Amino acid sequence: MENLWQIINQHLDEIVAVILFGVGFTTLLLHRNLIKKIIGLNIMDTAVYLFLASLGYVEGRGAPILRDGLTSAEHYINPVPSGLVLTGIVVSVSVTALMLALTIRLYRRYHTLDFDQITLMMKGEDD
Amino acid sequence: MEFVKNVPFFCIMLCMVSAVISSMLPRKAARWITVFLSMAVAVMNLWLLCFLLRSNESFTYMMGHFPAPWGNELRGGLLEALMTIVFSLVILSSALGGMDKQEVQIDEAKQNLFSVMLDLVLAGMVSMVYTNDLFTGYVFIEILTLASCVLIMARQNGRTMVSATRYMIMSLLGSGLITIGITITYSLTGHLLMENIHESMVALHQSGSYEGPITVVIGLFFVGVGIKSALFPFHTWLADAYSYSTPAASSILSSVVSKTYIFFLIKILYRTIGFEVIRDNRVLELMFLFGIAAMIFGSLSAISSHDLRRMCAFSSVAQIGYIYAAMGLTLEAGFVAALYHMLVHSLAKSSMFIAASSLSDVSGNSKRFSDLRGAGFRHRTAGVCFTVSAMSIVGIPPLGGFISKLYFGKAAFAYGGAHMWVMLLALALSTLLNVLYFMKTVITLYRPARHDFENPDYRPDRRANAAMWLMTAANLLAGFLAQPIADLVHRGLAMFV
Repeated sequence: MENLWQIINQHLDEIVAVILFGVGFTTLLLHRNLIKKIIGLNIMDTAVYLFLASLGYVEGRGAPILRDGLTSAEHYINPVPSGLVLTGIVVSVSVTALMLALTIRLYRRYHTLDFDQITLMMKGEDD
Repeated sequence: MEFVKNVPFFCIMLCMVSAVISSMLPRKAARWITVFLSMAVAVMNLWLLCFLLRSNESFTYMMGHFPAPWGNELRGGLLEALMTIVFSLVILSSALGGMDKQEVQIDEAKQNLFSVMLDLVLAGMVSMVYTNDLFTGYVFIEILTLASCVLIMARQNGRTMVSATRYMIMSLLGSGLITIGITITYSLTGHLLMENIHESMVALHQSGSYEGPITVVIGLFFVGVGIKSALFPFHTWLADAYSYSTPAASSILSSVVSKTYIFFLIKILYRTIGFEVIRDNRVLELMFLFGIAAMIFGSLSAISSHDLRRMCAFSSVAQIGYIYAAMGLTLEAGFVAALYHMLVHSLAKSSMFIAASSLSDVSGNSKRFSDLRGAGFRHRTAGVCFTVSAMSIVGIPPLGGFISKLYFGKAAFAYGGAHMWVMLLALALSTLLNVLYFMKTVITLYRPARHDFENPDYRPDRRANAAMWLMTAANLLAGFLAQPIADLVHRGLAMFV
């Protein structure tokens, strides 16, 4: 028990990230409401960023920006994961924007956000 | 450094810049820019291919000012150049063949944006093929996904909107799995460049540590890319997306976008994680099983569909199954077969989609088989083009599909055991089903029509005809030049490591 608690304590960020990833993934896959699907997508992406950010972080070191003339790498955290998180945020923002645009289109046409209902209504239409 | 080594970088930048410029140009100019752009990419890569054939070694190209373990790199080899040439030819002929349709089916104000998306697909394809960095690959996966989603819904009706949404949802699930896979790879190895990851992976494999995480990483990449390229249980988005979008979009989606994802997966498995690691790790057995299931169920769904383009879409599911099953054998021969089949199938399927749209044009815009009777006589070019590509997919010598089936069989024999029998049986069964539905279609096309289709508005589409002849020639060439192409694939794969 003591041991398990230690492991959880050491890897708290990763565990939380994986749980959040699962929550986001299942919401995106299974939820019927399109807006909630998009929220799930964002939770999933954020979980990945949390994972990445916690990889690069080193206890007691500063942001990788030169200050006070300290040039040794030992004073700073790893900048690469932070860079990846920034890139990932840009990607996820654009993907979210496109999904929201699609949702607006679908809502204007079918007047509902329930994706199952939309699919049913679509099947009733002609080509 | 030789000047020719700038080609990959230059192609990517050219595509990006053209996409930006096209968004401000009138629609006609934007369309022709796409055609010339894909032609330029093909020609430049041919030049690169000739150079690589002479030098016989791959090269890396530093992006920015940071050297290897930190910076970003492109990497050029025979296989990359070959893939880019074929894919850009497919984009060229699809853009040309779908041009007239585009004018009818897409909102007038949005037509140049469609060309922008084609340029972006080209950019994404070139960068995913050439990149040496996993995270860059991920970014371009997303660009390709966004562009192809817009391509699907460019023709606006309920079906395309819903299928674009479904495509987006499935793709995003796949991207999520791929990003977490990249993150775990980074945390295992501390690198993002493929060669450095490979070194660390081999070291980890030899020391026998972290076997579990490595298995998880391989599984995540496989499922992520499998969802994106419509592998069998994840293919539900595909049928509507391919059969209701514009012909150029469906031909590019089926032949370029899904194949680029698979090529990226091959790069990850074979080059990044390493052949010996995936061979000893049994998780790719799953890939084999999914592939076999796709070969059978894809063909069965194709038989039961009453609509020409839907049938072509489901036949894509079966063909993608071939590729995955061959990769799942984890043999070098399997990868050669998969790569060769990717080339052959992307040529055949793109011409099939363009021909199908021309055939339904002369049949009162119907895609149903009952209306398509005699369409081969009403539109001779499309009839010939469809027949040739159907023969190639079924695997009738001397066309390319026959050679790729031969390679699949060879790979199965090299593996031996139960896998051999499963693969050979599935191959035989799936070929039989292919013959059933394609022969049915070709015979329908050449049966006398029940009634005349007089359409006073119909004008023969010269650009589509030119594109179809180009594609038919490419299909025939892929069959006649099978040996040199397969040698090239072999050499390219050897250059991978």
